[in-house]
Amino acid sequence: MLELILFSSLNGLLYGLLLFLLASGLTLIFSMMGVLNFAHASFYMLGAYFGYQISRWVGYWPGLLLAPLLVGGIGALVERYGLRTVHKHGHVAELLFTFGLAYIIEELVQMVWGKIPVDYRVPELLNFSAFTLFSTTYPAFRMFMLCMSVVVFIALLLLLTRTRVGLIIRAALSHPNMVGALGHNVPMVFMLVFGVGCGLAALAGVIAGPALVTYPAMAASLGPILFVVVVVGGLGSLPGAFIASLVIGLIQTFAVAVNVSLADVLGHVGITLTRDSIGGDLWMATVAQVAPIIPYMLLVLVLIFRPKGLMGDRDT
Amino acid sequence: MKPVLSPSRWALVAALALASWGAQAQIKIAYIDPLSGGGASVGEHGWKHLQYLVEGINAKGGVLGGQKLEAVPFDNKGSPQESLVQAQKAIDAGVRFLTQGNGSGAAIAISEFVAKYNERNPGKEVLYFNYAAVDPVLTNDKCSYWHFRWDASADIKMAALTNFMKDQKAIKKVYIIGQDYSFGHSVRGAANAMLKAKRPDVQIVGDELHPLLKITDFSPYVAKIKASGADSVITGNWGNDMSLLLKAAADAGLQVNWYTYYAGGAGGPTAIKQTGLDHRVYQIVEWHTNVPAPDMEAFADAFLKKHGGASKQGWWYLRMKNQMEMFALALNSAKSAEPKKVAAVLHDMKFKNALGAEVFMRPTDHSLFQDMYVSSFGSGTKHDEEGTGWGWKTTTLIKAADTVIPTTCKMVAPS
Repeated sequence: MLELILFSSLNGLLYGLLLFLLASGLTLIFSMMGVLNFAHASFYMLGAYFGYQISRWVGYWPGLLLAPLLVGGIGALVERYGLRTVHKHGHVAELLFTFGLAYIIEELVQMVWGKIPVDYRVPELLNFSAFTLFSTTYPAFRMFMLCMSVVVFIALLLLLTRTRVGLIIRAALSHPNMVGALGHNVPMVFMLVFGVGCGLAALAGVIAGPALVTYPAMAASLGPILFVVVVVGGLGSLPGAFIASLVIGLIQTFAVAVNVSLADVLGHVGITLTRDSIGGDLWMATVAQVAPIIPYMLLVLVLIFRPKGLMGDRDT
Repeated sequence: MKPVLSPSRWALVAALALASWGAQAQIKIAYIDPLSGGGASVGEHGWKHLQYLVEGINAKGGVLGGQKLEAVPFDNKGSPQESLVQAQKAIDAGVRFLTQGNGSGAAIAISEFVAKYNERNPGKEVLYFNYAAVDPVLTNDKCSYWHFRWDASADIKMAALTNFMKDQKAIKKVYIIGQDYSFGHSVRGAANAMLKAKRPDVQIVGDELHPLLKITDFSPYVAKIKASGADSVITGNWGNDMSLLLKAAADAGLQVNWYTYYAGGAGGPTAIKQTGLDHRVYQIVEWHTNVPAPDMEAFADAFLKKHGGASKQGWWYLRMKNQMEMFALALNSAKSAEPKKVAAVLHDMKFKNALGAEVFMRPTDHSLFQDMYVSSFGSGTKHDEEGTGWGWKTTTLIKAADTVIPTTCKMVAPS
């Protein structure tokens, strides 16, 4: 039991931190520009594919640096020449723009790398088990993922709270016009934030690609959960996104381990339900089976009872 | 007066007319399987199989005295709804023979769709060849005259696996994990019932269903298997769900015996090698590369050389080879490409396959019966898989006659 709890915590933490790498950029972009970037997970996918391609040529480690830079650059260009042009037509146009972009990126990836998963390998240097606990081994690469995510989180926190750039970004979050009046180049700040956000997503792609699966549906499968994180954490709140990421990561991982169903719970209070009762499978489905939809239940509940999210300061 | 068409244009028109006549002489078979999404790796692999078989038949002079077969791919993304869209698209394009195999959910949808279509469009019937979807319901309650299956049903496979497990005295605790859809439910039901009957002393410590082809990290499930103390795992998983489950098991160092349906599918062997479980992963199949049969070995080698690519994924579906060869034979002996006449021949066809073994289509449910092999994956085999150095070795051979199980199918043959 202890073993299960320990490894579930590690797995959940890892998943949560990965989510955070993506959600941090998404939430910053949203709060600054008011754009919910539907293509955000696509930049994560691009990061994984770029990392894969670079790893084929010069190895994994250069890819870890180059892929996020490249994708960040692409992100900045998308903001400069795409979003900024569309911006004058209002938020709906921007939303549709990112929506279309997500499809275009997915199609492009399929054309270039094919529809089946690519063979993105864990680097040899980290291809061993880091430690063994209760006879379960934990791969070194996962430890590396964990450490990278923590390092990025701390770096981001320091950047935003301890530097001049961070000061301007935080000011631009709430009072963009005032910041502009003070002589700062606000569009430039927007472009940078968008680029860095995409770069962070790409970094998540490079570190998740080899451990999970690098395939064209990876963006579509992760995208919806990101919005859950951002809404639950509170739009524009970095600490909120951090907490929400971890909570969702842990909930999803632990839910898999729970075999209780509604029928079991009601059984204790004397109500017997079977598959043939009204409602059928609803009563028999275990928590483990519904694990994938738990985050969305959370989303609905948060929107009803606390539209601001955990740490947000404005309504969704 | 100017001629309506210049000589060069006449030539073009003639060429076009010839081309369209040529196209009509083709007998098309639509391949409706996942070519994108989580099932793409197996879908793509199957597509290579079908193309290779069609090329082989055409190279030998085609069917019906010179007509060529043509395979056309349709991507159903692994979803039953999309399968119907694609099936309709294929029929609209003039295809009268459909084949699909990955996913019983899609298979049931297609089978029902084809049955309805044929009822509404007499004289324009369509046949559905199922090379791998093994939910027993397809040849029982939901059987159809227009559906033919070349693989053994999930129940037959589970019976063979559990017969083998019956004599493995070391098995004490079994964990059942499967995909949350019709086939996964069938496997789980059969495993529970048959284990109880054959090994009442064995404890079932887990009975798990997970979303189909959506999971990219099986670590939480593996942690759960580990915590349950299971010494054996039974799973019907296929595609990414099989290879990623094994990959997560390798990462966590899970030491159990695996009783599977599809561990040998694309990506599986590579993942088993990572687990280091030498001859501890079993699968139940109709053929593997180390079944001694010179013709089939040569055929599989030639395929591997041509289509193996970097991942060295070799031949896997003998059942699809049986299907296409029997289809060609049926076309020839019906002397027609009319699906209704072809179906009448296939209905009770007996055939000697590439292994030199007799297989037969049971007329009562259109289910093909063939020899089945329980095999284990490990070192010291003649042929290896995916360049791992490990290969499949037969542990038990079950003759076709011994795989026959009763059916509840009440087939309605067309008048």
